[in-house]
Amino acid sequence: MRKLLTASVLAIWAIFLAMPLANAVQPGEILPDPALEKRARTISAELRCLVCQNQSIDDSDAPLAGDLRRLVRERIMAHDNDAQVLDYIVARYGEFVLLKPRFEVSTLLLWLTPILVLFGGIVLVIRATKPSLNAAGAPLSENEKAKLEEILASKDQ
Amino acid sequence: MIVELGHFALILALLVAVVQVVVPMFGAAVRDERMMRVAEPAALSQFLLIALAFLALMHAYVTSDFSVLNVAENSHSTKPLIYKMAGVWGNHEGSMLLWVLILALFGAAVAVFGNNLPPTLKARVLSVQASIAVAFLLFSLLTSNPFLRLDPAPSDGRGLNPILQDPALAFHPPFLYTGYVGFSIAFSFAIAALIEGRIDAAWARWVRPWTLAAWMFLTIGIAMGSWWAYYELGWGGWWFWDPVENASFMPWLAGTALLHSALVMEKREALKIWTVLLAILTFSLSLMGTFIVRSGVLTSVHSFAVDPARGVFILAILVLFTGGGLALFALRAKDMQAGGLFQPISREGSLVLNNLLLVTAAATVLVGTLYPMALEGLTGEKISVGPPFFNMTFGPLMIPLLIALPVGPLLAWKRGDFLGAMQRLSFAFLAALVTIVAAFAVEHRGPWLAPFGIALGVYVMAGAIIEWANRVKVGSASFEEVARRATNLPRSAYGTLFAHFGIGMLVVGIIATSAYREEHILAMKPGEKVAVGGFEVTFTGVERGRGPNYTEDIADFAVTRDGSPVTRLQPAKRLYDAPPQPTTEAGIHASWRGDLYVVIGDAQPGGGYAVRAYFNPLVRFIWLGALIMFLGGGISLSDRRLRIGAPSRTRQALPVPAE
Repeated sequence: MRKLLTASVLAIWAIFLAMPLANAVQPGEILPDPALEKRARTISAELRCLVCQNQSIDDSDAPLAGDLRRLVRERIMAHDNDAQVLDYIVARYGEFVLLKPRFEVSTLLLWLTPILVLFGGIVLVIRATKPSLNAAGAPLSENEKAKLEEILASKDQ
Repeated sequence: MIVELGHFALILALLVAVVQVVVPMFGAAVRDERMMRVAEPAALSQFLLIALAFLALMHAYVTSDFSVLNVAENSHSTKPLIYKMAGVWGNHEGSMLLWVLILALFGAAVAVFGNNLPPTLKARVLSVQASIAVAFLLFSLLTSNPFLRLDPAPSDGRGLNPILQDPALAFHPPFLYTGYVGFSIAFSFAIAALIEGRIDAAWARWVRPWTLAAWMFLTIGIAMGSWWAYYELGWGGWWFWDPVENASFMPWLAGTALLHSALVMEKREALKIWTVLLAILTFSLSLMGTFIVRSGVLTSVHSFAVDPARGVFILAILVLFTGGGLALFALRAKDMQAGGLFQPISREGSLVLNNLLLVTAAATVLVGTLYPMALEGLTGEKISVGPPFFNMTFGPLMIPLLIALPVGPLLAWKRGDFLGAMQRLSFAFLAALVTIVAAFAVEHRGPWLAPFGIALGVYVMAGAIIEWANRVKVGSASFEEVARRATNLPRSAYGTLFAHFGIGMLVVGIIATSAYREEHILAMKPGEKVAVGGFEVTFTGVERGRGPNYTEDIADFAVTRDGSPVTRLQPAKRLYDAPPQPTTEAGIHASWRGDLYVVIGDAQPGGGYAVRAYFNPLVRFIWLGALIMFLGGGISLSDRRLRIGAPSRTRQALPVPAE
């Protein structure tokens, strides 16, 4: 089933590659209540147009994107909250539809990268600067120690 | 015949490049001057041969020689001349030819202008540069040959994708490539230095102009792409976090970090090892970008699996140069002496923070771009990583960077006076405060954070001016003294002023247009009006028209402000002849306040047309900011201290101070 879906999505994608890019949301789709419409737009910007290359359904005029936009508005009119609308769409179209992936085991590395790199970098900077700050206090080498002994010994005499 | 000459020249260029890799590198190892000198004529002739090949392909395009497969697939006899020429790099094979042309151009420039380089370093740099050329010339000839013939020749070509038939886009690839291929020089210098096992402040001074030139062109190249998307794609978006955009943005972030760390290295001999690593990483990101865009992994993982030859080839190049570079780095970096010491609160410290944040940002974009492909490859699970992810992760990284930006240049090297810097910035804080109050007073819509974002941009702009004012002693010296200092101030200081001011403008533009954009989507019949961003827009009707290679529906809108006419906007819907593809042409009225942006859609069932009208406040600040950054790079590059060849002269002229 999943394979079939992928294959059909690819096939449709090939057809719609040549579609114009503008004219996404149509005048007839807009909800009469501006507050609800605003919510619909915000949700739409987070949903991928499945037949396009890297476009949200809010930006795409592919027919499937239009269907999804109407679906989002239907769910909002049915008094779903934002999370419920997203759940509803994900249940039907899969995680692939989310432009901002959920925080899960499989996306752990994705979400943690900025934090890991930043803190790793900070640790490296601290480690790299510390020895240089103490450079004057570095332990003496064997040769230096021998020389020091020699000088001290000669002074004792 | 000319096509065959071009093909032959490209093969010859490959052979010359092989000689350029081997002979100077060996010569440098055995200190043979004559062998090292081979690098210069080789670099020049390699460039000339590739240029010849490039011109041969362009000739085929201009004369519409459809017996050449590449021309037949990507050009059309009715296309305007400028797009026939630009068509050369509007396709995979031709763009790879442009890639190697620019690579060779940078090599030739080092050969010509690098007179002050020590002979062994110069020989090695040119040898490493040629090794990249060998890899990509082989790629071109073996997997992406633009000179293949077609028999029988078709009567006409298939045409260039019409949305690409646009002046900004036609000249966007050469700028972009000059940018990210230009970082190859920094890479070659880094590898050459690792081979030499010696690296010092002079190295940073030699690398910086090349990096700066690459950075400038990358900046303007990305800005042109964004500007094109804004007016051509028809909904006023200017950045989409598309993998193709990310491919050029990652080297930009790393390259910006490299410019700043090379500065520390040049002035203070600190961060040497890090700078070398960053030079390797920056060009690796350029290669990664080339892989992402050119391998086909983007369109789908499946198309990559079906025809993996190109993808695997570029991947091999990527692994070879990145892996080889990093391995050499791991072997040699330990031997290098760490440089000058500094306190955390100092110019060096602030530049370390700059590098930390920029590199984290680049890593975030890299992982976000590659994660879906990697995850699908490993587990088969399909996810999307799009704009909401990048806005959420990249945005917060930029905030501390922008806050710290004006502070850094006000701190002294080694040990800075933080409170003193804060005091000097008081005017910038005041400007930010005024902006916040003004923004809340003028705009009641939009998120409450937006005024703070705009204020951050204003603070950066003010900070750039304060840094300059501080250096020329505005306020504490006489007018003549200030004027004298202003003329004597090195050009690189003006470069910093422009670049930092440009960043501030860019931020203001991005936040203002994202937060306060006005949008109207409606069905309009002729005679109807809509009020947008202080304008009255009246729809007068739609007419059918005919262009050189398309038909179009042109709508007409009369725009008035307070009752007096301002302009007429004529957005259109076009249908191109070959290939038959529709495009939208937006009607845009630009002003300092912002852009009025009108797009015409389909005829509506109830009569009239779908119309979208936007007001994008201060949106021009985005590209104007980028343009100012580009100019800043240019001004800095004209500084005689940075100019190649100049440092040796000034060094001789100045008496050496007693230590």
